[in-house]
Amino acid sequence: MSLNDDVKVLKSIPLFAKIEPAKLKLLAFTSERLTFMEGDDLFLEGDVGDAAYIILDGEASVRVGTPGGAVEVARIGRNDIVGEIAILCDIPRTATISALTDLVTLRISKDGFFHLVTQFPQVGVEIMAELAQRLQNTTQALTRARAELAAATGH
Amino acid sequence: MAALPRTIFGYVRAHSWRNQLVILALTLSSLPFFYLWVELPKRIVDDALGGGPGARDFYGFEVSRLDYLWLLCLLFLVLVVVNGIFKYIINVYKGIVGERMLRRLRYELYGRILRFPPAQFRMTSQGQLVQMINAEVEPLGGFIGDAYSLPAYQGGMLLTILVFMFVQNPLMGFAAIALYPVQVLVIPRLQRQVNLLGKARVRQVRVLAEQIGETASGVDDIRANAATAFRAARFADELGKIFFIRLNIYKKKFFIKFLNNFLAQFAPFLFYSIGGYLVLQGELTIGAILAIVAAHEKLTSPWKELLTYYQMMWDSQIKYEQVVAQFDPDGLRPPLSDAPPEPVEPIAGALAARGVTACDLDGVRLETASFEIALPAHIAVQGAPGSGQSALLRAVAGLLPHETGSLRLGSHEVQRVDADVLGARVAYVGPGAHVFQGSVRDNLLLALKRHPRPSSGAAGGRRSARDQAEAVASANSPLDSAADWIDYAAAGCGDEQELEDCLARAVQTVRLEREVYGFGLRGTVDPAQAPDVVERVLEARRRFVERRRDDTRLARLVESFDPERFNQNATVAENLLFGTSLDPTYDIQRLPQSRYVRQVLREQGLDRELRRVGHALASTMVELFTDLPPDHEYFRRYSFIGADDLADYQALLGRVDEDQAAALDTGADAERLLALPMMLIPARHRLGLIDEALQDRLVRARHGLRAALPPAELAKIAFFEPDGFNRGASLQDNILFGRIALDQANAEATVTTQMAEIIDEMGLRRLILRVGLEAEAGVGGIRLSVAQRQKLALARALVRRPDVLVLDDATAVFDRQEQAALRDALLEAMAGRTVLWAHDHPEWIERFDRVIVLDRGHVAAVGTPAEIELRQRDASEAAE
Repeated sequence: MSLNDDVKVLKSIPLFAKIEPAKLKLLAFTSERLTFMEGDDLFLEGDVGDAAYIILDGEASVRVGTPGGAVEVARIGRNDIVGEIAILCDIPRTATISALTDLVTLRISKDGFFHLVTQFPQVGVEIMAELAQRLQNTTQALTRARAELAAATGH
Repeated sequence: MAALPRTIFGYVRAHSWRNQLVILALTLSSLPFFYLWVELPKRIVDDALGGGPGARDFYGFEVSRLDYLWLLCLLFLVLVVVNGIFKYIINVYKGIVGERMLRRLRYELYGRILRFPPAQFRMTSQGQLVQMINAEVEPLGGFIGDAYSLPAYQGGMLLTILVFMFVQNPLMGFAAIALYPVQVLVIPRLQRQVNLLGKARVRQVRVLAEQIGETASGVDDIRANAATAFRAARFADELGKIFFIRLNIYKKKFFIKFLNNFLAQFAPFLFYSIGGYLVLQGELTIGAILAIVAAHEKLTSPWKELLTYYQMMWDSQIKYEQVVAQFDPDGLRPPLSDAPPEPVEPIAGALAARGVTACDLDGVRLETASFEIALPAHIAVQGAPGSGQSALLRAVAGLLPHETGSLRLGSHEVQRVDADVLGARVAYVGPGAHVFQGSVRDNLLLALKRHPRPSSGAAGGRRSARDQAEAVASANSPLDSAADWIDYAAAGCGDEQELEDCLARAVQTVRLEREVYGFGLRGTVDPAQAPDVVERVLEARRRFVERRRDDTRLARLVESFDPERFNQNATVAENLLFGTSLDPTYDIQRLPQSRYVRQVLREQGLDRELRRVGHALASTMVELFTDLPPDHEYFRRYSFIGADDLADYQALLGRVDEDQAAALDTGADAERLLALPMMLIPARHRLGLIDEALQDRLVRARHGLRAALPPAELAKIAFFEPDGFNRGASLQDNILFGRIALDQANAEATVTTQMAEIIDEMGLRRLILRVGLEAEAGVGGIRLSVAQRQKLALARALVRRPDVLVLDDATAVFDRQEQAALRDALLEAMAGRTVLWAHDHPEWIERFDRVIVLDRGHVAAVGTPAEIELRQRDASEAAE
């Protein structure tokens, strides 16, 4: 478990993929490796978020509260990132993440992330490009969904 | 102790006339010996050596010429010793008298600060007070010893010589003093100008003191407003003023000296001219002129001394006058009393105001307030800001003298009772209460320390008989501050143990318990002072170890200290030392500088390895931080190398590669590289630089180091012993005996909770609070937060169980929720007693028995909450 391994993992996350390795190393150095034990929650839906987590090892469950109780909507594992929205803007957590096994994570604090962005504008540009790409994908998906909805309801 | 005498001579006479007589008597009785000594050489030359052979008469005995010589020489030696002893005794005695008077004056002035009417503090700043009591009165001590003896002695000499001259020749005598009238006329005039400048200088120095004080206390605001340059320039201006004042003083002073010298030398001119004329006329012999000139020479020295004395006298008089004027305000409180305080009657009856008028420091007036409320009652004082709530409350607490009317608290007429006395029954807490230097406990006990307990006398005290005699001789307080002053009865407890409970309760009531508990956990304990604590903390450690044995999840959150294992969550230095440094020698950064540490590292070949690690670490740091601006907070938070040193390390890396680094032996580079890895915490930094082999070797070095240290060095380290208390570590660390795992989520919160469970299960909480109460508050409570200070002041007021608790907007610094919680806690704690509380929470008044509504300095209404609400509803309906 060394810093260079962490950098490799960061590199594999699309959000950080285009950032130069030296900066990722600083991000890794200012982040914490945190192990959650089986059954522990990383965070709860509705909490104020202050960090994103990259899963280095283990499996976790993503659950969302519904009127009928919490429902698991996804499982995540190695090299997945969760909670990244929280380090970009101030919205409460949209899901609860619980460790299904012992879960090794890299915790990237909002603070650390913002320092990186404000200090190296290039990093910000890269992230913006990545986010724009995501928005584009989402918009396309939404348009498709609307079209399908219209077709299905006959309007 | 009425008003201070107006002149320094008045002060000297009032308090040391006996001592002055002694000095005078000593001085006068030394004179015959002095003259004998002056005269002896002449006798030796004239009688012993001259005068031809034959026997000599030595005070009635006939002795041979040679014996006569020996005897005279022996006498000379004896007189030298006698004169020296006289001088020594006189000087020491003068010193004692001067210092005693200085001590008395300083004590008197300090006492007057305690007695100042509140308004005085608006006129005299803290800086000025410090300056006056410390610096301005300092030279007075030296002067007081000389005040009477110097003019008497030197004046006597002068007179003697003058008489001699007149006897020799009246005309020449007149000639010698012919210019004295001129000097007596002119010099005082010049001196008066110097005096005026002296006064200006004193005032100017006070301005300086004030500005320095202001700068020190307001430095944040100066920096935050970017006003440093302006403040510095202003200070330079003030320094300039003082420079020119002093320059003028020098000019005038030295001109006086010049004039004096000139006039002194003018006399010989007269001797030679007029005397010479008379010789030529045959009316005077040459011998007579020479004798007169010689005598006049002798005049110069005492005359000079007298002049210097004259200037010093004025200097001292001005300083004294200027100081005393500041310490004699109108409305000074009654003198401090050393006598045991009279028991103060409990406050029962009513709070009754009849036409009370008072003016607060900020100019807010309370106009003819009249009301009567039966006590005990919880009374809310309401009103728009600046309506006179504070004036009313401070008047009730005896802190603000009212101008007219009568204000009665039960049977006490407030104005006639000293605030100190009233303080036994009435507690006041203002909006920004003051916390004093000392521990939290010292602050809590402040209100219980009215007078030393009679039983504690010599046993508890620290003052020796000599200290005590000296204190009394200087009219200082005869009370020993180190005695046991605690009035257990006032706190409502019988002994020390119960007092602990009282303090704990007060701290709990004001909701400060959690913080004090935290102080306690972070606090250290000297095992010699508190062996019980040690035993119980070790028991808590055992229980915590057991808990970890049973709970595998908990076990993962703590890495215990194990003498045989490297601790991943501790620094390399801690792993090496395996203890807490009690002396700066073994602090983390300085560790490799220790001779013994270096020796052990070298013996095990570890220094090479660690320098190699240091090199790798330095290059990582340079790589990571080199692009950051020097003031970036990451340097503070994450870097091993400060921003300023980064370039140096970069250069160092350029000079030596890793292998060369390992091979370095001595020099700055070697030391720097060896120091770097000491701060490394493998679990946090994840640099993979300390591999298992290196860890094992560090553990071996740990044992080697302990074996190599001599006893004197061992005493500087508190080692981690599984079964021993570590006096250098906090209670929390002692219970934990390890490090919280840095790579486990929520480790700290979980460990803290579990530890609290053990502490509660063992009933240790009280003990930890006791340690927490020993936490230092710092000067002005600087180490506590504003909220903590305020809570401490509230607790301090509760500890002495006042009949009346006056709260002058005392909870304003807390948030709304906290204020409400404190309201409930305080009102409950004061159930059955009186609370007078000014606050701006109209929604609270339901909780009080009575409400006083103030409006622009007038009492607008007094009544029950229901009555007040009804009135307000009527008023608002009328308005509609």
